[in-house]
Amino acid sequence: MATTSTSLQSRVSLDRRIKDFAFTTFLSISIVASLAFIFYIIYRLYNNAGFLLSWDLVTFFPSYDIDTAGFQSSIMGSIWIVGFATLFAVPIGVMTALYLEEFAGKRNRFTALLELNIQNLAGVPAVVFGLIGLAFIARGPLSWGFTVGSAAIVLAMLILPVIIIITREAIRAVPPSYKEGALALGATHWQAVSKLVIPSAVPGTATGTILAVSRAIGESAPLLLLGALSFVTFNPTGLDSGFTILPLAIFKYASDSREEFQVLASAGSLILLAILFAMNLSAILLRDYTLRKRNV
Amino acid sequence: MASATLVSVLVTVGIVLSLIPTTFRLLKEITTQVFGTVWAPLFTPSQYGMAPLLTGTFIIVSIAMVIAIPIGLASAIFLSDYATFNLRRIVKPILEILAGIPTVVLGLFGLYVVNPEFVEKYWPIGEPLAYTALGAGLMTGILIIPIIASVADDALSSVPRAMREAAYALGATRREVATKVVLNAGLSGVVAALILAFARAFGETTIALMVAGSYPKLSANPGDPMQTMASFIGFAGIGDAEVGSSAYNTIFLVGTVLFTVTLILNILGNRFIARFREVYE
Repeated sequence: MATTSTSLQSRVSLDRRIKDFAFTTFLSISIVASLAFIFYIIYRLYNNAGFLLSWDLVTFFPSYDIDTAGFQSSIMGSIWIVGFATLFAVPIGVMTALYLEEFAGKRNRFTALLELNIQNLAGVPAVVFGLIGLAFIARGPLSWGFTVGSAAIVLAMLILPVIIIITREAIRAVPPSYKEGALALGATHWQAVSKLVIPSAVPGTATGTILAVSRAIGESAPLLLLGALSFVTFNPTGLDSGFTILPLAIFKYASDSREEFQVLASAGSLILLAILFAMNLSAILLRDYTLRKRNV
Repeated sequence: MASATLVSVLVTVGIVLSLIPTTFRLLKEITTQVFGTVWAPLFTPSQYGMAPLLTGTFIIVSIAMVIAIPIGLASAIFLSDYATFNLRRIVKPILEILAGIPTVVLGLFGLYVVNPEFVEKYWPIGEPLAYTALGAGLMTGILIIPIIASVADDALSSVPRAMREAAYALGATRREVATKVVLNAGLSGVVAALILAFARAFGETTIALMVAGSYPKLSANPGDPMQTMASFIGFAGIGDAEVGSSAYNTIFLVGTVLFTVTLILNILGNRFIARFREVYE
């Protein structure tokens, strides 16, 4: 077999072989470069701020004194806001996806419009969600101010289209034979959907939700407009409390002219990356587990 | 359940309603001033020439695309036609992790590493300082590499095997199959990937704000600080402007431009994806 392939290859002209080699090299360099970049960025951050990593960083509040400055209120703020955003967005997103996949019936004008709307909403720049938050929620009709509640609604709007799209894919990936089997045995449509389709779509939806949530945790732009770039030295106590978030605490320390605070910003980035990697990893493992279970 | 679907429609309606009335109110006031060359809406006397924001956005997005197109497409071709099944299973999740790096971390890296160590040292034109459009463009490029790679890989991977095999049977090498057959067959998906990545770069706020600064300089030199449309919104939003003031209204004007352009790009991009799906799936 080996001899066949070499004799075949030798018929390819030298010119084409050089081009092939150059192309393969180019592809390999590109892929290695983009993967290596992740490690380089972590290496530089760690090099700069690794010595700061300790529990103090998580337990101290923001401070003008470098020795007692940390990220507690911003980490708690991120948890509160993203937690509520998920609570708002997941039920609505899952119901929308279920409706479109299982109950809307044939594609008609209304569903086509809905789909177009969801697709485009997913592509709206994050900062624009901050504008609607500013116009209607923080100020204007709702006038909820720069609070945990306002911020959670804004992030919920941001992740809603992502959750809808991912849940629809999870529902579509459930083999139609499951439902057909149930229907053939005399189950009603609702029974088939609630007892078979929904449970089978849960892992896929969970994976997608974890990814959407990790995007929300790292998101900074829309909350710039909701006063999150402020100096907050207390943890949120409810939907009406003021807040800051981890990405913007990093932003704030980064724009400080004193170098110690810039190092602190790098340390904050390491915390943020650690949280996101943990979430990404769990999503990947969950997906692998689901795929393996389905293939058996 | 059907009423839940209306929430997503309401969000879109809310965005449009929050942008349009304020924009028209401001446009009535400033009219042709938007065509000027100085952008200083937060100062008195205010000036509303959008040219600096447009050139800043254009330059940063262009640099990002120049970086991301070759690397992103190469990654997509690698994944679809070169990587073995197991290699693909390792590389794809790592690319997803790259896609998950928060923009504030990329901004930090641009500000502390790329600007001082690369741009300031090696950029030949002028004297680059702490904030540069070049640094912001490079980091935005890294942000959109995974978008191009993953959308284009989806397109290339779904080109039917039979087309590849036919080309191999005619004596084509792997490179020729990938570039002349697969890339052509998946072209509309690749175009979609580029359009969607462009839209993402266009709306990126935090990287531009941190790395290119907040000075709307009208310049063609990427070594200068610049402001993009998105980063202006972020910058002006920090300042807690008084409701109804001109400064407050300008962020909605810029937001309208941003929203309209990305809407058109997204519709276009999704059209290309739909066309591709019709042919092969």
